[in-house]
Amino acid sequence: MKTVVCVKQVAALGDEVEIDDSGRDVDHDYLESSLNEWDVFALEEALRLKESLDGQDGHEVVVVTVGDEECEQALRRCLAMGADRAIRVEAGGIDESDPLTTARRLAGIIGREVPDLVLCGVQSSDAVQAATGVMLAELAGLPRVAVVTSVHYDATSAKAQVHRELEGGLLDEVEVGMPALLTIQTGINEPRYANLRAIKQANAKEIEVVNVPSEGPRAYTVRKMFVPEKGDGAEMLGSDAAVVAARIAEIVRARLS
Amino acid sequence: MSGTLVLAEHLGGKVRDVTLELVTAAQGLPRPVTVAVIAASPEALLDSVDLVGVDEIVAVRAGESDDFENDVYQQALDTLLDGSEPEVILAGFTVNSMGYAPAVAARRELGFASDVFSVEVESPGTIVATRAFYGSKVHGELTFAAGAPVLLLLRPTVWAPATPGGSAARRHLSLETTPSRARHRGYREPPPSEVDITTSDFLLSIGRGIGERDNIERFVELAEKMGATLAVSRPIVDAGWMPSARQVGQSGKTVKPKVYLAFGISGAVQHLAGMKGAGTIIAVNSDPDAAIFSVADFGAVLDLFDVADELDKLY
Repeated sequence: MKTVVCVKQVAALGDEVEIDDSGRDVDHDYLESSLNEWDVFALEEALRLKESLDGQDGHEVVVVTVGDEECEQALRRCLAMGADRAIRVEAGGIDESDPLTTARRLAGIIGREVPDLVLCGVQSSDAVQAATGVMLAELAGLPRVAVVTSVHYDATSAKAQVHRELEGGLLDEVEVGMPALLTIQTGINEPRYANLRAIKQANAKEIEVVNVPSEGPRAYTVRKMFVPEKGDGAEMLGSDAAVVAARIAEIVRARLS
Repeated sequence: MSGTLVLAEHLGGKVRDVTLELVTAAQGLPRPVTVAVIAASPEALLDSVDLVGVDEIVAVRAGESDDFENDVYQQALDTLLDGSEPEVILAGFTVNSMGYAPAVAARRELGFASDVFSVEVESPGTIVATRAFYGSKVHGELTFAAGAPVLLLLRPTVWAPATPGGSAARRHLSLETTPSRARHRGYREPPPSEVDITTSDFLLSIGRGIGERDNIERFVELAEKMGATLAVSRPIVDAGWMPSARQVGQSGKTVKPKVYLAFGISGAVQHLAGMKGAGTIIAVNSDPDAAIFSVADFGAVLDLFDVADELDKLY
């Protein structure tokens, strides 16, 4: 069984932010990068599935990302966690960062690898589109289930029983045959930590770099990015914890009476 | 291309609130406004979507049951778009929409954006949508290629619900759909819980900022002392530290207490959707840019444990 896990190196803003000269993105100097949290859970799920099927031949977990060279950090973390192989697809600039363009590039890899299962995180923390995985499924011709909180795979029937998380804690029980694509929700498992030796080994591994063209219209174009006005915002209660606590107690009493 | 198509969402025989919000959002968009209800037996749901501002309702009879299956919705939407292409298509940014809307957009090469909280027609034919990037710290204005419909998934709870009492024309459509490759097999109710956070007047809510499992207990005690019910944000449930019955947010519960006191909650969009209706929101967070301050009435940029220590002394 081969599983492909699609991952993203996400960017977070620290305390400060500047919009760059184009006016269409933030200045990248202010960004801190990491492996997307949802993708960590997706990779863990793939690794557990592989381990549960251990003893059968040819199980492989392949991680793929679309991004520049810096995004190889995310792939190295995946390798350290236990992924067998890593592929980086070259990305375009800001005009090619929409989910449809990314999905087209990933689809090129799915077409080549022909996996039994594709896992993606539900969404990325920096863009929160919840779209790339399901777009990829469509382009790759795979059935899909979005926002999955548990996976039970039956190797004999090559079917998975999954739970889809609806609002309010209600679960939708869904059955899907392989090959399929699932988008994985946080909390589905407890991701492992990579040990130091695994991190060292991961750093020495080869990452395959490929170009996949993306032809066709984009989902959108970012015309302008801006820091939103704070609005009226919250009334700040001060910087002394004792004073703040007293004010909180006072407000709580007044509002509950 | 003309008009705005609203895709209704329903669960267990009821139209979901987000559908009413979509109709309100559609009021600034091209007319006519058409609401599509996709189900095996959509008729029973039609009255609930006959809202002020709806010009037409299309009952799309599709699938084997009223329960959501993503391929059935995709086929139904495809058929609607084959018939006539609207300029704008609106659906909620919800778990169901996430399962089929991006697929339709990818296949038909539509303009697409999700978690949109503002949309307008800038000039005839030019749709501009606004959404957040980088943890809600910046907003982006999006434009879309001309010549194709724009499919937008709108953030729930941003628009006010449209009011009942419309007088829309009704149309019926029957589809032969192939069965969904991903099949609905049933529902699983959340385990019963002795606590109902939706009925409490005072919620003390904790998030990722509390750091470790061992810190839960002191907030359980503080909540008890203060007369509050303890609630949590998603990361606390994901970590297995608290049951999902206490979770506030889009995948948890929507709450409207008189007072919502948040410790160490940054304010992810999905969390804010679940609590911004609270009477008074007080937020303590060490990050001055935490999104929760944008909805809070009162705030303090402080170490949450310092404030908790001081509150302990007062109660």
